[in-house]
Amino acid sequence: MFPFCADPEQLDSLRWTLCYLTTGKHMNLYWSVLTVLVLLGITAPVALSFGFAGASAARSAFAPLRWFGKTYIALVRGVPDIAFFLFFVIALDQAIEYVRHRVLCPDWSEPVRQGNDFVVCQAAKMPLGEAPQWVHETYGFFIAVLTFAIVFGAFAANVLFGAMRAVPHAQLETAAAYGMSTRQTFWRVLVPQMWVYALPGLSNLWMVLIKATPLLFLLGVEDIVYWARELGGSKTPRFTDYPHGDWRMWYFLGLLVFYLAFTRVSEIALDRLMKRLTHGQATAGGEAQRKAAA
Amino acid sequence: MKKILLTTVALAMTAGIAMADSHAKTIRLGTEGAYPPYNFLNDDGEVAGFERDLGDELCARAELTCEWVTNEWDSIIPNLVSGNYDVIIAGMSITDERDEVIDFSDAYTLPDPSAYLAAGEIDPATSILAAQSGTIQAAHIASMEGATLVEFATPEETVAAVKNGEADAVLADKSFLAPIAEADADLQLLAQQELIGGGIGLGVRESDGELREKFNMAIQSMKDDGSLNELIKKWLPEAELF
Repeated sequence: MFPFCADPEQLDSLRWTLCYLTTGKHMNLYWSVLTVLVLLGITAPVALSFGFAGASAARSAFAPLRWFGKTYIALVRGVPDIAFFLFFVIALDQAIEYVRHRVLCPDWSEPVRQGNDFVVCQAAKMPLGEAPQWVHETYGFFIAVLTFAIVFGAFAANVLFGAMRAVPHAQLETAAAYGMSTRQTFWRVLVPQMWVYALPGLSNLWMVLIKATPLLFLLGVEDIVYWARELGGSKTPRFTDYPHGDWRMWYFLGLLVFYLAFTRVSEIALDRLMKRLTHGQATAGGEAQRKAAA
Repeated sequence: MKKILLTTVALAMTAGIAMADSHAKTIRLGTEGAYPPYNFLNDDGEVAGFERDLGDELCARAELTCEWVTNEWDSIIPNLVSGNYDVIIAGMSITDERDEVIDFSDAYTLPDPSAYLAAGEIDPATSILAAQSGTIQAAHIASMEGATLVEFATPEETVAAVKNGEADAVLADKSFLAPIAEADADLQLLAQQELIGGGIGLGVRESDGELREKFNMAIQSMKDDGSLNELIKKWLPEAELF
């Protein structure tokens, strides 16, 4: 990175550290921090919308939709995350390739399953075999986002389902008495009021989601824990310009600080959000705000 | 408008298919990237080592376009079989169990003896021994009467276990342990060695016979002109030459 980094053995410790922390490998670590943040930034709203859809389906008056919503919530919440991550991602990837194979290569005569092997034609590969590595990585990343969204969406659906039921029934009856349709009651009375009941549960989920990001490595995305472990492992002088002993403890300490700082910032933001949502609500918190203002 | 859109989509799709057919397929080489000197990530975060040099040379000789991918050791075979990459080049010894699931190319190293790395003189037969899970060494320790096996996901952790006293010794390929013993005064190689495994080969899918043939021819040509021995001398000074 810097011109004086050419011969690290000759450097004083400050410059050595500076050079060490800017190797290409460390850049990968810094990128992976960004990957994690982007993943969270995309996954959270997607999971929330999955949750919203799931909860709305689960309380639908139309029976098959209700069954679907309830099955989704029960099934995904009941399966261990790791098992779901390992099974679902491989299954989803193969399902996509299988469908593409059927569509794009109709005159392919060999079977797709050959013993242990899963073989599709080249045009059906997802992403295509000749695609550069970053396409493969982006594809993997979005598979990861989808998987996270499905898992956390099920938990969010359960939270929102509970929150929808927590809205005082009298409010809904009043809306009906005013002549609002079911749809109007849902969007104008139920949804605006449910967030205050949902937020404690959702904030919990957000915290768990932050901490679940190391599961990314199971999905082939190189996350910060992977790089911390790789960088912290002891390095012998023959294979690196920066030999060192087992530094994993220090890297993991760094991760600890990163995650703690991140969850702390989230807590502060969520507290503020809670205050805003409570405003004017018929809850104990809303009542307290009213009294303080008066 | 709709028609234009449809035509564009149709064109784009046929173009995609045509491209897939005309372009030569890129061969994706899967490695672990954590087993120096065979394969490791260098300071730039790129795959380096004996197998990096070997793989690049083999691809050049077989006239293939190749690309490197890293994958953790535990799932390296399942991911090959499901098609995430086309070749395993990760210091993988040719064994019968693995051969049932995937196919191997000809060996590109002679069997490397496995060595014990320990903090002092110990008797491996009655000790706690560390090994990476899913390796021939782990299987060997499991079959030893009296020795206790502790498994770890990465090679790095097996060595760390010996340093912090969790295990008495680590059993691994000698080429991997020798540089560590050289760099760390507290650790030494035991005189006792184990001759297990049958040399290292490339792993390919059983349905990929054509690719396997191409690599076999490239390996043979490197054996014939001595360039494979040059690479072994450079990266694996402990290993025997062809």
